Order: sequence, then C-alpha cells, then structure tokens
Amino acid sequence: MPSGFNFDFVVGHFNTVTYVVLMMIGFYAMTGKTNLVKKLVGMNIFQWSIILFVVSLAAKRGATIPIALGGHASLDGGTALDAAQYVNPLPHVLMLTAIVVGVAITGVALALLLRIYRRYGTLEEDELLERIRHS
Amino acid sequence: MNREPAGVVVRTVCRRLTPFVQLFGLYVIMHGHSSPGGGFQGGVILAASAILLVLAEGTDWIRRVSLPALTVLTSTGVLLYAGVGGLCLALGANFLDYSVLPFAEPRSVGMLLIEIGVGITVMAALVSIFRDLVMFE
Amino acid sequence: MKSLHVVVTVVTGLLLVLGSLDMSSPGDPNSPPATHVSPRYVESALEETAVPNMVTAVLADYRGFDTLGEVTVIFTGAVAVLLILRVTRDEDET
Repeated sequence: MPSGFNFDFVVGHFNTVTYVVLMMIGFYAMTGKTNLVKKLVGMNIFQWSIILFVVSLAAKRGATIPIALGGHASLDGGTALDAAQYVNPLPHVLMLTAIVVGVAITGVALALLLRIYRRYGTLEEDELLERIRHS
Repeated sequence: MNREPAGVVVRTVCRRLTPFVQLFGLYVIMHGHSSPGGGFQGGVILAASAILLVLAEGTDWIRRVSLPALTVLTSTGVLLYAGVGGLCLALGANFLDYSVLPFAEPRSVGMLLIEIGVGITVMAALVSIFRDLVMFE
Repeated sequence: MKSLHVVVTVVTGLLLVLGSLDMSSPGDPNSPPATHVSPRYVESALEETAVPNMVTAVLADYRGFDTLGEVTVIFTGAVAVLLILRVTRDEDET
C-alpha cells in the first residue's frame, strides 16, 4: 500500500457503499423483473436500505443509546445532559414513521395483487397487459 | 384460503406462549418512557401474538373474530390521540400542548395516553389487514 | 433489454456513491445532522418532560403532530385494505 493511502476515508465510506449496493439491488428488482410480487419485494428492499442508511447517520463515536443514564433519579441532580454522550435521536424518530408507512404500503399493495390475480389470473407484467388489452 | 390447525405440539406451545407474548407487548408499550419501546413497537408485538395464533390454530380461529369490534378498536386509538389533543385545546392551550392537563408531571402522562392510543390502533390495524388478506377467497 | 436495466442500475449506483463522498465520516459528533436541533432535544428532554427516553420524548411531545399523521396513515391503510378486499355477495367482478 502506498504511504499516502487514506484508510480512514475507505473505512468511513464503506457503510455508504454497502447501503447503495442494497439500494441498487432493490432498484434492479423494481425495474428489471416482470413479476409483480418481485417488484413489490424490490420496493421493500429499497425502502429498508434507505431507513438503515438514515439510522446509520445518527451514530456518534463512543456514545450510548438515547436514554438518559440514571433515569428519573437524575432529574433532581440538576446536571445538564451532555449532547455528545448520547446518540442523535432525531433520525430514529423520523425512521419510525417511515417504517410504519412502509408497512401500510406493503399491506395495501398485497391486497391489490390479490385482486389482480383473481381478476386476470396472472401476475406477470406482459401477460397482464395482454389480458387487459383483450378484455 | 383455508389453513388446517397445526399438530398438537405446535398448537399447545403456541397457546401456552401467547399470554407471555401479549404481556411483553403491554410491557413494551407501558415502559416506552424509560426503556426502548413505545406505542408502535408494543402494538406490533400484540398483533404478532394474534398472527401466531392463526398460524397454530388455522383460519377457523380468525373467522370468529368479530369484524365490528376490530374496526371500532382501530378507530378508538386515533380518537384517543386526537381526544387528548382536543382536551388540551378545550383547557385553553394549543393543540397537543400537554402542560395544561390536570395531572402531576402532565407531559409524561399525556405522552403515556397517546402511546396507548397508538398501540391500540397499530395492533387493530395490523390484525385487520392480516385478516382481510387471509380470508380472501 | 435486460442489459439496459443492469447498465442503468450500475450507473445510478456509481452516481450515488460519487454524491456521497463529501459526507462527513460516520460517528462524527459535529456532522450536520447532529448540530442544529438535536442537542436541544437531548439536553432538555428530561427536565422539560420528565421522560428519560429521548426518542419517545421527541416522537410524542416535541413532534407529536407528525405522530398523529402517522397513526392516521396506518388507519387509512387498514381501511384501504378493507375496501379492496371485502366483497359482498351481490357485488362481484364487473
């Protein structure tokens, strides 16, 4: 390895590459597959990779989970909490909403797929378009 | 879709395990203040106990769940949440401003009430979605 | 046709990685997500709301209106599945 090789840079951006790979797997499944269920699974993978990526932005080196150490008892102590000691709670909160919305979307999409299969008898995209055109 | 009940070992274990799963779900909702958890997480655990029973007992079990009760439960959680906000509005402060509630530590109690509402709605909504997907003929 | 999908996917992935090279390294306490409003939430959650769990305090108190919208979303999802899948006897495929 040349002496100027910046290991911190590679290690620091390794997690971004991992989540982009996961995202592209979901993206390829959404666009490249013709089965509707595979497209739905691809959308799920895409969405979960984004949720994981945003939660990973909340990490801080050497910090603990965002629950105040000492619980209620530290209320009377009067000491202010140190913001650098706790992991950033805001991305966790926003991603809770995203997870729940994703569950609702998956439920409604599965219901639609059930109706499509009962009405047209197939879940392949090209056969489906043929049957819609001829019905 | 028709699913037969599972064998006697699976059925017995799931029946014995369900009260503990539901108790844990209630614990996660109530202890959302001082440990990881809260309304959504506890509601999903409670819904998972119902799904476990369907996997063990077959679809005849979920046929007997009363539909009006499930829909009313779904709406009750949202009503509880908006009701707490409306109560704060009626007591003179902004919407969802818990500091005017007549409890000691009003913000903590207001948060507990809305977490219970969220837990009820999430549980009933997930069981309702699962029931509709399973019982579509 | 399939190679077009692969090419588009790979190009999008490379563009995303290229766009994220300027981000600060993970674990940095001075990164932009951790400096504007989060220190205020962390420092005053316990004294203002008497709740040690900061995630619940932000979710249910500081940003309680967004959580009301989220509960409405899951409720709407359950109602939508109900409308799509429950058929009565007299109404069939039209």
